Amino acid sequence: MPMKPLKKFFQTYRLFLLFFIIVLAIVEWLVRADIIPSFIIPTPTGVIQMIIHNWRPLLIEHLSATMLEFIIGFSLAVISGVLLAICMFFSKTIEKMVYPAVVISQMVPIIALSPIFVLWFGYTIWSKVAVTILICFFPIVVGTYDGLKSCDQEYIELLRSMGANRFQIFQKLHIPMALPSFFSGFKMSIVFALVGATIGEWLGASKGLGYYSRRMSGNLNAEGVFAAITILTIVGILLFALASWIEKRTTNKWNNSN
Amino acid sequence: MTVVLKNVSYSYTNEKRQKNLVISHLNMEIKNGEFISIIGRSGTGKSTILRLMTGLLQPDEGEIQIDQKDISLGDVGYMPQKDLLLPWRTILDNIMIASEIQQDVHMTKEEASIWLQRVGLSGYEHVLPKQLSGGMRQRAAFLRALLTGKDVLLLDEPFGALDALTKKEMQSWLLSMWQDLNKTIVFITHDLEEAIFLSDRILLLHPDHRIEEISVPLSRPRKPEMLLFEEAVTLRQKLEKKIANETT
Repeated sequence: MPMKPLKKFFQTYRLFLLFFIIVLAIVEWLVRADIIPSFIIPTPTGVIQMIIHNWRPLLIEHLSATMLEFIIGFSLAVISGVLLAICMFFSKTIEKMVYPAVVISQMVPIIALSPIFVLWFGYTIWSKVAVTILICFFPIVVGTYDGLKSCDQEYIELLRSMGANRFQIFQKLHIPMALPSFFSGFKMSIVFALVGATIGEWLGASKGLGYYSRRMSGNLNAEGVFAAITILTIVGILLFALASWIEKRTTNKWNNSN
Repeated sequence: MTVVLKNVSYSYTNEKRQKNLVISHLNMEIKNGEFISIIGRSGTGKSTILRLMTGLLQPDEGEIQIDQKDISLGDVGYMPQKDLLLPWRTILDNIMIASEIQQDVHMTKEEASIWLQRVGLSGYEHVLPKQLSGGMRQRAAFLRALLTGKDVLLLDEPFGALDALTKKEMQSWLLSMWQDLNKTIVFITHDLEEAIFLSDRILLLHPDHRIEEISVPLSRPRKPEMLLFEEAVTLRQKLEKKIANETT
């Protein structure tokens, strides 16, 4: 049985995998034939060797630092985003006050804000967490809020006709109906959050994959930069897959649009 | 359980803040165990009467009472036009919802399963609504209204979306359920034959807010072939004539 999902995976993605391998092979050839210098684009095999030789600092020191920022930032964003969406849903006043601010927060270039975070939090983990939250907060709030609002009036009336109070309607109708939209935001956010943590590290850090890639770039070590990028990409894909899996477990039974 | 509507008027306010009269001075008494159909052209306020009787809408004037008490939300079982089964809940969980909401309704999963058997849905307890056919979903929705445990059931065109054959089956099925359970049913339909076949009395709503009451001269228990009796055919022609001459 364990072969089955793997087989399905290869069936679905075989064309993509083929394309990917061909591109890598071409890059490898271009660099080895000295058509492109290796400090611009490293050879894929060189990147893999880099990861293998430096797995200890890369994975244990830097990846774990980035993941810690990610986990704290993303969790805080999900909790506060969902709470804010619920407050906006229940109170028109809060919605009118806060919703524009949430939208504007997306218009502000985060890189421009980051010196302020460094000013507030110094070079501690919290300046990176702040960037992470700011970058992934929006999809969570909007996804949850739109989901909560999307509930069909007819269903609400049906439950009201049974004598349901506002809390029961929220619990039995609005929450389940909000899940698909919440998860669209959740899946976007989980990827953004990793990007946020990495950007946060550019601003000033002593460890983390963002910090590492920047340092390698300063050393003109393209292999090092691409090693960090490769690891971040793989982690991003895994996180997205995890989010999709959670979504499937909770809504896919009934939600056809997935 | 006698339902009384005394001098009930209702108008709704549209976007331009104009008041549109829908129901005007409606008086009606529904006796315990009666089956009443409401017919009339679209826009004559059939659904509005039902929504007033659930308590979802408040009348501008007059009062609606069940056993001398003003009606409020949760007093009657209501089945809207669409089945509105919650798509994420299994059939069993869907019909259990009233007992989750109302404190005075107690039902175990076993009892609910027995009910499903009774309406011909045994084996579908743990199936999601989307896997059921239209007729089956309608039976589940009816059961959900029934299991609110209320003596008065308001059914808003429950069979409107079904094909002719399924509709006929569902009508006989509904009558047999009604006879066994001693419920009072108010039933909206567009289908004159359906109204004649099912009801004791028919309320005909006119666009000028007049309401006519017509008794159905057929004995119980009803059989489909009774629709071919002379009195049924005459009644049908009479109703058709009344409705055809009207414009909304």
